[in-house]
Amino acid sequence: MSELLPPVIVGAGPAGIRAAERLVAAGLRPVVVDEAARWGGQIYRQPPEILSGAGFTRPKSALYGFEAGKADAVHRAMAAIRDRVDYRPRTLAWNCEAGALDLLSEGTSEVLPFSHLFLATGATDRVLPFPGWTLPGVFTLGGSQVALKFQGCAVGRRVAFLGTGPLLYLVAYQYLKAGVEVAGVFDTTPFAAQARATAGMLRDPATLAKGLLFVGWLRAHGVPIHNGVRPVRGEGAERVEALVWRDARGQERRTSCDAVAFGLGLRSETQLADLAGCRFRFDEADRAWLPERDGSGRSSVAGVYLAGDGSGIAGADAAELAGERAALALLEDLGRPVEAARVKELDGRLARIAAFRRSLSAAFPFPADWADAIADDTMICRCEGITAGAVREVARSGQAREMNRAKALTRAGMGRCQGRMCSATTAELLSRALGTGPDGVGRLRAQPPIKPLPVSAGAERREVA
Amino acid sequence: MRERIDCDVAIVGGGIVGGSAALFLRQAGLSVTLLERDWCGAKASGVNFGGVRRQGRPLEQLPLSQRAHAIWGRLPELLGIDAEYIRSGHLKLARSEPDLASLIDYRERSQGFGLGLEIITGEAFRRRWPALGDRAIGGSLCPEDGHANPRLVSPAFARAAARLGAVVREQTPVDRVEKDGDRFVLLSGDALEVRARFLLNTAGAWSWRVAEAFGEPVPLESLHPNMAVTEPLPRFLDVNIGVEGGGVYGRQVPRGNMVVGGGRGFALDADRARPQRDAVLTLMRDAAELFPQLRHAHVIRCWTGVEGYTPDRNPIVGPSRTTPGLFHAFGFSGAGFQIGPGVGQTLAELVTTGGTPMPLEPFRIDRFSPTA
Amino acid sequence: MALLQRVAEQGRRVVRFTLDGRPVEALEGDTVLTAMLTNGERLRRTEFADTPRAGFCMMGACQDCWVRTEEGERLRACGTFIADGMRLLSSGEWNS
Repeated sequence: MSELLPPVIVGAGPAGIRAAERLVAAGLRPVVVDEAARWGGQIYRQPPEILSGAGFTRPKSALYGFEAGKADAVHRAMAAIRDRVDYRPRTLAWNCEAGALDLLSEGTSEVLPFSHLFLATGATDRVLPFPGWTLPGVFTLGGSQVALKFQGCAVGRRVAFLGTGPLLYLVAYQYLKAGVEVAGVFDTTPFAAQARATAGMLRDPATLAKGLLFVGWLRAHGVPIHNGVRPVRGEGAERVEALVWRDARGQERRTSCDAVAFGLGLRSETQLADLAGCRFRFDEADRAWLPERDGSGRSSVAGVYLAGDGSGIAGADAAELAGERAALALLEDLGRPVEAARVKELDGRLARIAAFRRSLSAAFPFPADWADAIADDTMICRCEGITAGAVREVARSGQAREMNRAKALTRAGMGRCQGRMCSATTAELLSRALGTGPDGVGRLRAQPPIKPLPVSAGAERREVA
Repeated sequence: MRERIDCDVAIVGGGIVGGSAALFLRQAGLSVTLLERDWCGAKASGVNFGGVRRQGRPLEQLPLSQRAHAIWGRLPELLGIDAEYIRSGHLKLARSEPDLASLIDYRERSQGFGLGLEIITGEAFRRRWPALGDRAIGGSLCPEDGHANPRLVSPAFARAAARLGAVVREQTPVDRVEKDGDRFVLLSGDALEVRARFLLNTAGAWSWRVAEAFGEPVPLESLHPNMAVTEPLPRFLDVNIGVEGGGVYGRQVPRGNMVVGGGRGFALDADRARPQRDAVLTLMRDAAELFPQLRHAHVIRCWTGVEGYTPDRNPIVGPSRTTPGLFHAFGFSGAGFQIGPGVGQTLAELVTTGGTPMPLEPFRIDRFSPTA
Repeated sequence: MALLQRVAEQGRRVVRFTLDGRPVEALEGDTVLTAMLTNGERLRRTEFADTPRAGFCMMGACQDCWVRTEEGERLRACGTFIADGMRLLSSGEWNS
């Protein structure tokens, strides 16, 4: 019976699409579940489709820059198999229970049983808070890129870019190219650390060259770039009006702006892997608990496969390779023949990317000391309005020694987003107050629904045939 | 090296019953060691619906429940926090004439216990709770019942006990328990040995293990209440709602979230449970039917817990029938939160005075054994 | 003043909707978030502090952009497309 169930892929980004492509090539007809209206994932997100009349017109070169070729190849790969997959766009997988997913589509809930589940759930920006980070006009780096790429909008007229990670300079560059004033790039990484790490990035000269090009372009256009920055506060009442920051020498400075784009690298979306029962481990490079996956993409649960940024941040190129690799693992597990040479090639390329990733995380280190500077009255949980002081208090008083307990006592992570935006902060605050490493306070358990579920779906459910 | 603690009373299980017993025992001056396998109040005591409700309990529970009611009234003084406890009233809805008759009958039978039940029907009902509109023909209000945040209340009892000098050890499973002469001996791995004159078995759904160790097997079953909470909504409901005959129950917290429950979750293993998809969707459907205000709302979280149920749905409370100095209190069958502190106080009384005015006969541990 | 600034893709069909009762315009293919923030400065006020919010992650993770319609519906603004005749609200439910 279970033999007859089609593989289910969650996520139609680079990993999910390459996996689907490989499964289709083997004669299977996978189900591809994706929240977005069109395939591509966040990185290769396509503009909205307008069925009649004037639509979005920018070419892929304008949307994806240097990555346009890869974006186009991924888009085409999915288009080519479109009629050989059961594609479910605008569909949220809100739960995973007993060998089946619960899907929400157009307000209706449906149970989708699987024998093989492929999770390519992607990532979002990792953030730490600063006073004023909830003001209108403060967006994540990824969000600021989505506004530009997906909607043809800038998040402001004069935008400050704050944080670390490859997106910082990329999005600032894209904004500048789009004609938006860039108030400055405020890089949390000290200049010296970045220069040292550049040596390691020589493993991938193309990526290094792109990074240097972005920096050079920004400088050539008079954009101030500051290293070793820490945010002090965003100013404004109804919207952000300025970013106050501390420079590498500890001097407090103020930059007027009407938007702040910020992020500190990416954070994996792991909720479904958790509900699927996958074992997690603490990953030093990502400073996060991640579902375990072996080199081929197998999780700790038989029949559940992981690929892409949803189970460890490695970027879009790695996601494509890992997606295909995990699909081959799935085929192997089904007893299908797989091409050994291709497996070997993918494994080799993934290993080289992994080495490069380590130098990237050295070039863009997580500014862990930021957490020490978060004032007690700073809101850390956007959903529930919980302050840093509340979390520190339950740690210092001995009431909470791990994340779920802190959540139970303070509500941090209990709101609509289920800790997506605050759990990195809570982990830092807790572990620092307790004197453990960031791995010492555990991780938030996922709870269904992993995103808000309309109550009306209770009456709008489709029974399994 | 094994740490050794000698004390008057050892307590296994740091839920609301064990925690409150520890608190009252410390108030009476006894030395107490409380061992909790997880975190205090992290299991059923801390993840239940949060109803603080006397109405609807079997009459034999009402003396304990009234005793608990008095303790709930002193919560800030005892715990140092209000734990979001509100005497909002508990309104049990009747959706049919037979259900209303059953509520009236309960009011008659429970007179003399001090619940102060009011039956409200028809126009008066609609005027008082326009939000409930025409989905009930009336209801029974227990004005001083209410609700509280179990995540805050239940850990706070053990914490208050610790402040008064109780030794509280979390993440400390009890692997072996036996009686050695006039002392109970509890072992947690190779790390800890506790010796005590008295032993309280307040380990919730896992209490059968301790009972069995003393030759008192009990038919305890683990069940998992299914609960969900919505995003914050404008206030429309000021009472804790139940429905005669069962089904969905709900309360709106002051922050606006609506907490609803109904149906059952499922066990992942002996220690963990999850909400169950059909139960979640059915609960959402039923909740939206009872509370149309939820029509456009979203559920942001579902959860469940592990609760110990007895065959007759009454708890096991009182002295062991095999072992002097051992007292049991568990098997509250999904209704232990309100009554918990009253039971904790009664356990303390049993230890310190050797008896209690509370009628515990219906809660004897041996009532399920064939020879009883 | 609008929070978001259009810098491209302005040749699309105009979509008419109301924002807090005021008739305003967006473009077909705009999300509700874009439509509201090119016509205003916020999406909503928070339940607990009455402070303004305008979304954050724009990719359906942070759940900060839930807005209400006059009919009482709740929409996640970053993942819902604007449609003619929508009647959207950016305040009013909680304190103001």
